Amino acid sequence: MEAPIRAREALGFILFSLLFSICRSSSLNHLLISNAERRIDLSSHIVKVYLTLKVENAGSTPTSEVFLSFPPTQVDHLATVEALVTKGKRKKTTLVRLDVKPTELPDAPNDAKYFAIYLENPLKSGESTTLEVLYLLTHSQEPFPAEIAQSESQLVYYRDSALILSPYHIKQQTTFIKTPSTKVESFTRVEPSNRAGTEIKYGPYEDHPPYSFSPILIHFENNSPFAVVEELVREVEISHWGNLQVTEQYTLVHAGARHKGVFSRVDFQSRPTLNGASSLRYLLARLPPRVHSVYYRDEIGNISSSHLRTDSRKSELEIEPRYPLFGGWKATFVIGYGLPLQDFLFETSDDRRYLNFTFGCPLLETVVDKLTIKVVLPEGSKDPSAVVPFPVEQHLETKYSYLDVVGRTVVVMEKKNLVPTHNSHFQVYYTFKPIFMLAEPLMLASVFFLFFVACVAYLHIDLSIRK
Amino acid sequence: MAAPETSTAAVPTLYTYNTLRNAFGGVLSFFILLLIGVMAFSIRLFSVIKYESVIHEFDPYFNYRVTQFLAKNGIYEFWNWFDDRTWYPLGRVIGGTVYPGLTLTAGTIWWLLNSLNIPLSVETVCVFTAPIFSAFASWATYLLTKEVKGTGAGLTAAALLAMVPSYISRSVAGSYDNEAVAIFALIFTFYLYIKTLNTGSLFYATLNSIAYFYMVCSWGGYTFIINLIPMHVLLCIVTGRFSSRLYIAYAPLVVLGTLLAALVPVVGFNAVMTSEHFASFLVFIIIHVVAFVYYIKGILSPKMFKVAVTLVVSVGLAVCCAVIAVLIALVASSPTKGWSGRSLSLLDPTYASKYIPIIASVSEHQPPTWPSYFMDINVLAFLVPAGIIACFLPLSDASSFVVLYIATSVYFSGVMVRLMLVLAPAACITSGIALSQAFDVFTGSIKFQLTGASSNTEVDAAETSSSTAESQTDAVKTEKPEETAKNRPSRKSKKKEREHGEKPSTKAKAEKKRLLALPLESSVISLLLLVLLGAFYVVHCVWAAAEAYSAPSIVLTSRSHDGLHVFDDFREAYAWLRHNTDVDDKVASWWDYGYQTTAMANRTVIVDNNTWNNTHIATVGTAMSSPERAAWEIFHSLDVKYVLVVFGGLVGYPSDDINKFLWMVRIGGGVFPHIKEPDYLRDGQYRIDSQATPTMLNCLMYKLSYYRFVETDGKGFDRVRQTEIGKKYFKLTHFEEAFTTHHWMVRIYKLKPPKNRIRGKTKKSKSKTSSTTSSPKRSGTKKKNPWQ
Repeated sequence: MEAPIRAREALGFILFSLLFSICRSSSLNHLLISNAERRIDLSSHIVKVYLTLKVENAGSTPTSEVFLSFPPTQVDHLATVEALVTKGKRKKTTLVRLDVKPTELPDAPNDAKYFAIYLENPLKSGESTTLEVLYLLTHSQEPFPAEIAQSESQLVYYRDSALILSPYHIKQQTTFIKTPSTKVESFTRVEPSNRAGTEIKYGPYEDHPPYSFSPILIHFENNSPFAVVEELVREVEISHWGNLQVTEQYTLVHAGARHKGVFSRVDFQSRPTLNGASSLRYLLARLPPRVHSVYYRDEIGNISSSHLRTDSRKSELEIEPRYPLFGGWKATFVIGYGLPLQDFLFETSDDRRYLNFTFGCPLLETVVDKLTIKVVLPEGSKDPSAVVPFPVEQHLETKYSYLDVVGRTVVVMEKKNLVPTHNSHFQVYYTFKPIFMLAEPLMLASVFFLFFVACVAYLHIDLSIRK
Repeated sequence: MAAPETSTAAVPTLYTYNTLRNAFGGVLSFFILLLIGVMAFSIRLFSVIKYESVIHEFDPYFNYRVTQFLAKNGIYEFWNWFDDRTWYPLGRVIGGTVYPGLTLTAGTIWWLLNSLNIPLSVETVCVFTAPIFSAFASWATYLLTKEVKGTGAGLTAAALLAMVPSYISRSVAGSYDNEAVAIFALIFTFYLYIKTLNTGSLFYATLNSIAYFYMVCSWGGYTFIINLIPMHVLLCIVTGRFSSRLYIAYAPLVVLGTLLAALVPVVGFNAVMTSEHFASFLVFIIIHVVAFVYYIKGILSPKMFKVAVTLVVSVGLAVCCAVIAVLIALVASSPTKGWSGRSLSLLDPTYASKYIPIIASVSEHQPPTWPSYFMDINVLAFLVPAGIIACFLPLSDASSFVVLYIATSVYFSGVMVRLMLVLAPAACITSGIALSQAFDVFTGSIKFQLTGASSNTEVDAAETSSSTAESQTDAVKTEKPEETAKNRPSRKSKKKEREHGEKPSTKAKAEKKRLLALPLESSVISLLLLVLLGAFYVVHCVWAAAEAYSAPSIVLTSRSHDGLHVFDDFREAYAWLRHNTDVDDKVASWWDYGYQTTAMANRTVIVDNNTWNNTHIATVGTAMSSPERAAWEIFHSLDVKYVLVVFGGLVGYPSDDINKFLWMVRIGGGVFPHIKEPDYLRDGQYRIDSQATPTMLNCLMYKLSYYRFVETDGKGFDRVRQTEIGKKYFKLTHFEEAFTTHHWMVRIYKLKPPKNRIRGKTKKSKSKTSSTTSSPKRSGTKKKNPWQ
């Protein structure tokens, strides 16, 4: 086993002076993972995977990149990848967040996709470090059967590999899969594997070469509602008179097993636990503190089933759609609220202003397929620029609102496939002169003044032909 | 420069004092009018404050949908709009069958606001159109009454109209219906007519025809104008009040107005063809004849004139007889005598219930009850007679119009509760006149008593100290002793006193003050009583606006010991239909819910509130009153996917489909005779308990309403009918429950797809279908269907 690696390494050394790029691929080979533990949490419809990797530099050159690889089917559903490294010894450990970026590698087998983790300090030869990786998968649980009646519970498939797909040699690895309930219809056995309660354990497996793959299929009950926001448009309108108005338009769908046949209200009301167990009855939105004038409506009017709880640290809005959502059912609604401007708008030292606001969707435990954030800057603001902690598509628009003449600049940001961990802050910088605040009042005042002048003039002019 | 001024100093100061007073009065009445407008607007906002900013009821949803279409697609698309989402499979030509006034008004407001970059939604504009126009209507009332009886009466009438409950019921925020703008148009047209009559100006006559055009655009009630104004003209001619002003007021209106009215697609040639308009043309001829006669009389000597008259009358009579005979023959040849059904039911109140059950089934077409007069116009009902009397003192062209207006509208309101709305402005105008005249008299006499005390102290002293009938007659010593004698009993009844009060107000100016002088105490007390009456009116109006007329009817609330309960089932069902059914699915329901379904759920409906095709409605009525299998056949032939029924039995919502069911049977039976009303009644009684007839218990409406209802409480107790239902356990074979709302108020069923034909059974089932009732029914539909 060691011999071919050495040989390739030697080859790499020979070509090093000629082809710099080979260096990268060669860096793959002198790392190895001495111990890997993976915990897959399937309890909601967002799959959370916690990966603990003990990475060892078995080569001779220091390296600062560690690659994670994913099968192409998972990459499409991958919402976010985060990596942390533990620092310090024993009790004084701290976790440091590391940069993670998608990359391409030239000799990827079967279109495997890669994410590179950039270490703070290059890993020297013979050293090892422990990485904590968290990645979230959306739309990865496939309902089977695809259509269920009201009284049935929702069963889903989850597909993965018993072995961690990795470009590195893994000496020892274990995978724990946590299911939402003890009801597991079936799971692929890859010995040694066993199930206890809500946990399925695969492994430990010893010494698997790079790109080892062993497909598994787990069929289990998951009655958590699959709340998916197909499209969310958040509009944040800044008014320098002291208000920040947020309007959020949702298109919500229950993405679980489709509802089949009748919907019986009498069954739904009399036996709520047995009937429509996977239905989506309410949602919780976490809004910023000091929120005011909250409304919750759709295109045909106010929806009366909502409750707002506020305290000094946060506001919680519990909303019920007009009807319980069964699999495949949709609903659209709008949530709007006002916020005090001073909580979110700040000034930089160089006289610019910036808005500091959360990016993601305020609803808990929901996946957003497509999010558009529109930050409407006040009329007359210039040089807008947005700073977002992850890559988004950006462009500018113009919006005309109350009595605008030149229009307001709108910074539009779009991102696909969001999960609640994307609720981090973003900033929009711009310059604004306070004199523009007076433009509209002055305009109105002058219009009325002219109107009165015209009236006075009319009363004093005799327009009749005959005297 | 200074010298001449000082010499004539006395005259200018008096003059400036008067102009200053007038200017002050003008500013004051301007601000009062402004406040009246604000009040008219804000009293109608109870619905927004108590509920939400939402379109109300049924018809407004259609208007809202049309306005949305207009805002989105523009005016030309709007005229050509063929709506295929209603009256499936017939469709409806919206552009040619709606009164476009309201829609165009709201669309224009919306467009104007948006071009000023005020981004209000179409819905917001629609919700607030009615309150805005009620402010306009109260200003128009001011103008009209001012023309009749002066500024004071105008302001009083405007204030009364701003809060008259009858009008509020139709114009609260969200009640986006034709009447909202039509009442303004109606009053404004009348104002311009009176204005033209008073001034004889062609300018106002033209404006009048334009206002009439706006009214024609807005509401079918324009026929009231085009009949009332000719009646008034005729009245003027008969009473010898013909003048050139009358001619200018009337002739341009008929010519221009008819031409303009014919431009509105929904009216079109009806403006000259239907009997509703004949009166105006007849009077048009008469006024010309009269004008001609006056002209001839002017140029001929009296003797020649007499000869001419005999000649013309003998020839003219013969011609007239011939023309009238032809006309009568023409009119009689049409089955409805050239009148539309709604107009006929106005002339003959029993017509609709005899012949057109659809018109009779609408609750607002029923005659009103006495309490509804008190509810809708309150104290005005008592003030109106006083106002009429005031109009006769003196009788002018304008005041005779008001008298005619109130007399006709009282009759119409007695026929249809909906036309209470036409009565309201008339009642406000006459009561405004009455109140204002009474105030004039009382304040005038108080003023006289206080200021005039120095000039004739002995009279006043005699009056105030003794206040006997004799002393007063002595003091007044003129031609009406019996009237002053009435002064004593007047303390007991306000009304009499008011009538009495107006009479002296019309006397000659010189003697007026002295003659009008009522005793100080009686005038003060009467004033207080009048103020009290006004206060009572205001309290009632605010109560009516807040409690009685503000409910949007699509969301219901009830108060119980543990707080407010909201029943938002209608929108729950419509939202469900909107998001969870296919865009082209057809939904069948009773026609009441047609407009709401197309507007809120955006789904195609079979019938809706525009009841233009009786056969189609009868088909749905027949389906609802047929057994399941036959109903399925009918619905399936109409390509229906979902059936929607409204059921109030669980929460006690009384206007549900079971309560409307007899109308379905009646309307269905009117076209398809195999549906017989007695089959659904047990001994003439409509019941759904165990005594109900088997036809009733097996019809589709019963089954869809009560499907699995018994499982809610184990007994199946219907809270509307206050009884246990007759048939408790049954299954549906051709329908399946698709959705039921939280309080069961709306239940939606899906038609099961037709079963696959199994070999061997084919023939049997085929023969069965042809033998069942459905087949003749379908052929019946085909035969009656004018589109096939």
